[in-house]
Amino acid sequence: MSIEVRHLTHTYGEGSVLKTVALDDISFTVEPGEFVGIVGHTGSGKSTLVQHLNGLLKPTSGQILIDGQDLNGEKVDRRALRQRIGLVFQYPEYQLFEETVAKDIAFGPKNQGLPADEIDRRVRKAMESVHLDYGKYAEKSPFELSGGQMRRAAIAGVLAMEPEVLILDEPTAGLDPRGRDRILTMLEELRAREHTTILMVSHSMEDMARLASRLLVICEGKLAADGSPRELFSRPGLMSSVGLDIPEAARLCAVLRAKGYDLPADLYRPEELREHLLRLWKEASAC
Amino acid sequence: MNTQVRIQANNVSFTYEDAPSPALSQVEFEVREGEFIAVLGHNGSGKSTLAKLLNALYLPTEGRILVCGFDTGKEENIWEVRRRAGMIFQNPDNQIVATVVKEDVAFGLENLGVPTEEMYPRVESALSAVQMNRYADSAPHLLSGGQKQRVAVAGILAMEPSVIIADEATAMLDPSGRREVLETVRSLNRNKGITVVWITHFMEEAAQADRILVVSDGKIVVSGTPREVFEDIDRIRDLHLDVPRMTALAAELRKEGMPLREGILTVEEMAEEVERLCPLKSAT
Ligand SMILES: Nc1ncnc2c1ncn2[C@@H]1O[C@H](COP(=O)(O)OP(=O)(O)OP(=O)(O)O)[C@@H](O)[C@H]1O
Ligand SMILES: [Mg+2]
Repeated sequence: MSIEVRHLTHTYGEGSVLKTVALDDISFTVEPGEFVGIVGHTGSGKSTLVQHLNGLLKPTSGQILIDGQDLNGEKVDRRALRQRIGLVFQYPEYQLFEETVAKDIAFGPKNQGLPADEIDRRVRKAMESVHLDYGKYAEKSPFELSGGQMRRAAIAGVLAMEPEVLILDEPTAGLDPRGRDRILTMLEELRAREHTTILMVSHSMEDMARLASRLLVICEGKLAADGSPRELFSRPGLMSSVGLDIPEAARLCAVLRAKGYDLPADLYRPEELREHLLRLWKEASAC
Repeated sequence: MNTQVRIQANNVSFTYEDAPSPALSQVEFEVREGEFIAVLGHNGSGKSTLAKLLNALYLPTEGRILVCGFDTGKEENIWEVRRRAGMIFQNPDNQIVATVVKEDVAFGLENLGVPTEEMYPRVESALSAVQMNRYADSAPHLLSGGQKQRVAVAGILAMEPSVIIADEATAMLDPSGRREVLETVRSLNRNKGITVVWITHFMEEAAQADRILVVSDGKIVVSGTPREVFEDIDRIRDLHLDVPRMTALAAELRKEGMPLREGILTVEEMAEEVERLCPLKSAT
């Protein structure tokens, strides 16, 4: 499934004094199987953008084409489309509403009209993917979960629909480090195994360094940059000019280069840096 | 440093109604005046439950908590406890109640019945302490997440608290918002001696604390300085946590034979060690 965003503009409060242009003429295309990271400071328009991609918000102007078809066109079955494009919202506590965790996760698959045993299979599988113990939590009320457990349940609810495109708005906020690592690994596997297209909004440049094949940088409603993490993290001053960080490995690389060390400018993954630091050390000890 | 005890938890257990097992059991610790304590722990370990106990939102099922000497379990102490131990939460949008920033900051004071003429100087000084005085007359919904969190901090400050309890106050913020909120609270800690209990999932934030408490399955299992706590990487990972990235990188390099010193937490410390071990040949 390809997603083409054409000249998307979205204005909140049109015609009132509080009118704000949240998105301003944004265009890009996502090919099947890509892992696109969407970054930008708070209020830059990321959440508004992703809510357009599954039809929750309608453009003020511009279009979203799904496999060439206008998402907001007359004849489109948006409900069916929404099941193929799963969206995990930013605040999961507002997304949970059933009496038990299992029922909550089953909500999507049930709407898809799947048979009971398939629904059950999917609920168990999704809970396993997010590492929420079925025996312990399936029958619990979602409101008796901790913050991180709620987020896991919300992600499971979308995974259970087995969407072709998965959009996640800050999925790892509030997760403990192991939970964060597991969710990221799960996304990596989903992409490798099912070729799921993934779009992820995150403030964690470390997560982006690990997963994204491409980054979209949003700043004040505009697409400020679109490129590979390697390219964007090494472009001096780009990320800081839009209020963002670069991964710690890239920062260490920049600090050392500024001191005169011979390192490539575009290192941003810890494992790459490790190799180069070992090389520097061996060179230094050799003489 | 003054050694007055600000928080004392004696053998505290807490069980949610109808829950099969306690969310916290036999928790025992002390926080001294002016300390900055980070609390780490896996999802569901009991951190938020602990925060709510410190703020008298919940009462211990067993044991006792003293906040600035006030027993949270005594009905008549509730307001004393809440005034002295102010709390900030994760979601910036849920904490703002008024439509103008300064009124939001004044909200807690109104509840306490502070007279109007005393209120505004306090609100003003609280807003300047978090560097938000320029926004006193703004509408909160136009602020960034980091700015909203600083307004929430000001709301607590106006009450002249001894302790600030932050339950993942930076979780929903972008990197600069996170830095701005942590810096604000750290400077209140340093300059005003306010004691801080900082719950977080960011190891780099915990690395800046004086001391770390690690909660696991409702118990405090580790307590120590960041260097001590992050030294045993396998143990920390077993607790579903991690070490700061530079600490992990240093450990891997050490495994390859590079003799980096122990206790590296930050990029700057790592850069210094690289300079020490791989001195640049002086430029010609
Ligand atoms: N209102 C509630 N009713 C019943 N059980 C609850 C309630 N809130 C939390 N729990 C349970 O108590 C335990 C501790 O939860 P708590 O919210 O304190 O964890 P936490 O350490 O803050 O986790 P997180 O990192 O996910 O925020 C968990 O097992 C959770 O499921
Ligand atoms: Mg919590």
